[in-house]
Amino acid sequence: MSAAPAIAAAPMPPAAPRRNESSASWRVTDRLGLAFAWFLGILFCLITGAIVLYLFVQGIRYLRPSLLVTNPTAGYSESQTGGFLDPLVDTVVIAVMSMAIAVPIGIAIAVWLSEFGRPSALARVVESTIEMLAGTPSILLALFGTLLFEAPWLGFLSRTAGGVVFGRSFFAAAAMLSLLALPLVVTSVREGLQAIPSHVREASYAVGKTKSATTRRVLLPAARPSVLTGSMLGLGRVIGDTAIVVLLLGNTLTNDPSGSVPILSALRGTGSTLTSYVYYNAPTGDGDQPGKAYAAAFVLLLIVLVLNIGVDLMGRRGKGLLWNS
Amino acid sequence: MVGLVLAMFVFVVHEGWPSFAHNGLHWFGSGGNVDNQIDAIYTSGNNATRAVYTFHAWPLIWSTILIVGGAVLVAFVCSLFIAVFIAEFAPQWMRSVLQPVVRLLAMVPSVVYGLIGVLVLVPFINNDLISAHAKASVTPIITLDGYSLLAAVVILSVMIAPLMIAIFVNGLRAVPRGWLEGSLALGINPWRTMWKVGVRTARPALVAGTVIATARGVGEAVMLSMVSGSVGFAPNPADGLAFIYEPSRPLAATIIDNIDQLTSPPMRHTLYALGAVLLFSAALLSFAGWAAKQPMRRYGVLA
Repeated sequence: MSAAPAIAAAPMPPAAPRRNESSASWRVTDRLGLAFAWFLGILFCLITGAIVLYLFVQGIRYLRPSLLVTNPTAGYSESQTGGFLDPLVDTVVIAVMSMAIAVPIGIAIAVWLSEFGRPSALARVVESTIEMLAGTPSILLALFGTLLFEAPWLGFLSRTAGGVVFGRSFFAAAAMLSLLALPLVVTSVREGLQAIPSHVREASYAVGKTKSATTRRVLLPAARPSVLTGSMLGLGRVIGDTAIVVLLLGNTLTNDPSGSVPILSALRGTGSTLTSYVYYNAPTGDGDQPGKAYAAAFVLLLIVLVLNIGVDLMGRRGKGLLWNS
Repeated sequence: MVGLVLAMFVFVVHEGWPSFAHNGLHWFGSGGNVDNQIDAIYTSGNNATRAVYTFHAWPLIWSTILIVGGAVLVAFVCSLFIAVFIAEFAPQWMRSVLQPVVRLLAMVPSVVYGLIGVLVLVPFINNDLISAHAKASVTPIITLDGYSLLAAVVILSVMIAPLMIAIFVNGLRAVPRGWLEGSLALGINPWRTMWKVGVRTARPALVAGTVIATARGVGEAVMLSMVSGSVGFAPNPADGLAFIYEPSRPLAATIIDNIDQLTSPPMRHTLYALGAVLLFSAALLSFAGWAAKQPMRRYGVLA
């Protein structure tokens, strides 16, 4: 956002800022083009507005407080199928778990890439791997996760019955979802680190700090807005993903713990999140309760809206890191 | 990290190999009804007789090409105009509206798009757009009920446009100011300048954005499985206008639709073979995106 105002504020002769120039002297085709751009821009806003408004209307129509505190049950009508307490809780659990994996690893990779980056061949490979990971469809990560977590030596992370590893659990889903968030975290943190001018680093070295101390005490605190932005973008990705959740969380209606240790058993068990709940209750899914799907989609949209506002605030604090990188 | 991605390649291809091995190149060809083939493969795993692997994926591949190609085409044109608009012509207030809007659209979960598609767009297409004549013209082959190419393309383009816009705008912003000013100084109007100088300079960014959006579209499973109709049918352009109303099912959606059939070994191999195809197209696209960015880096244009 800073580009245009910066140029306007630069010491230029006060002659006509271009933005106020009339397009009356343009050719007709050019004016049509500009009009088309205006039209598309407004259309784009309208589409978004329509989606948000529509979901708000439907959400308010179908969302009852009782839905948030009851569990889903199997049934044939909207009154029988209960609410979505478990999916809501599981969404939070899964989000926390995968961010707990993705953020530290992401920061570590970003710091290594931007501050150390040796051996440089390895750094280049890691860089393209991250890019590759960003372009990998989530359904593939889900397929890969199924193979990985059905391996016997990872059996302790999910349910096992007679030597066969079930391979679907909170651990499995969170691990794969963290791979989805990782590229976003890495990219954002890296941009934040690279935006720090080198004289800041040199000042820190000059007072005798080591490279790792500089990273820890000076660079990371300075890059905090971009860390938060990256985490929130990653979180949005994690919360919005369906394919991995459907495959790796088991997509059971309610939580189905495995084992007897209190918390561990739940995490080794299966469940569902809001996205898989919406998928299940859409007319194309097995549940077919559009009212419930609308209510859950509304809650999802609220979460995304809050995240979006968060990114916006961060971006403003970090001088629009996301947009103006 | 690197090992994990390598392991993904090895595991997925290894698991899908039997399906390729049994079909050879016919795997990518057409022939027979894919849905019947999938059923046969699935049941052959259950009764422990000889496993069936015959599988011709062409309708799924064709559907992927049509849907993703259509959506990328629509989204590219719209995104380019909007990006030029945001980067140069939009007044400040419009820009501050469009920016969060683009980010929000990029963050809306695909399942929400799918839900809106299924409950709003599909009934609309079914009731108001498809004429009885169009329905009658293809009755012996396929039922038109609103789940269609059109719905899939429209929603997918709304989904991938924000990705493109964000990258296009970054590319256009990175064009050196002096180049544009030079053109303006020659008396060329701002609109022409932007297209002849700005957009041309930012061409690598356009390619990169398009590639990323294509990758997203190819990998999109959930939304497309909801609105595309989930029928293993290859839409036939010879059907005239009814063509865009015909249902189909792309590759990724096929995986998620049949995911509970992973228990049947031959079906499992087939699904992983589908996954391997997706993985290779993702890798290819990622490489293409990397290659497209190189000239930009050489000129030092990219930030």
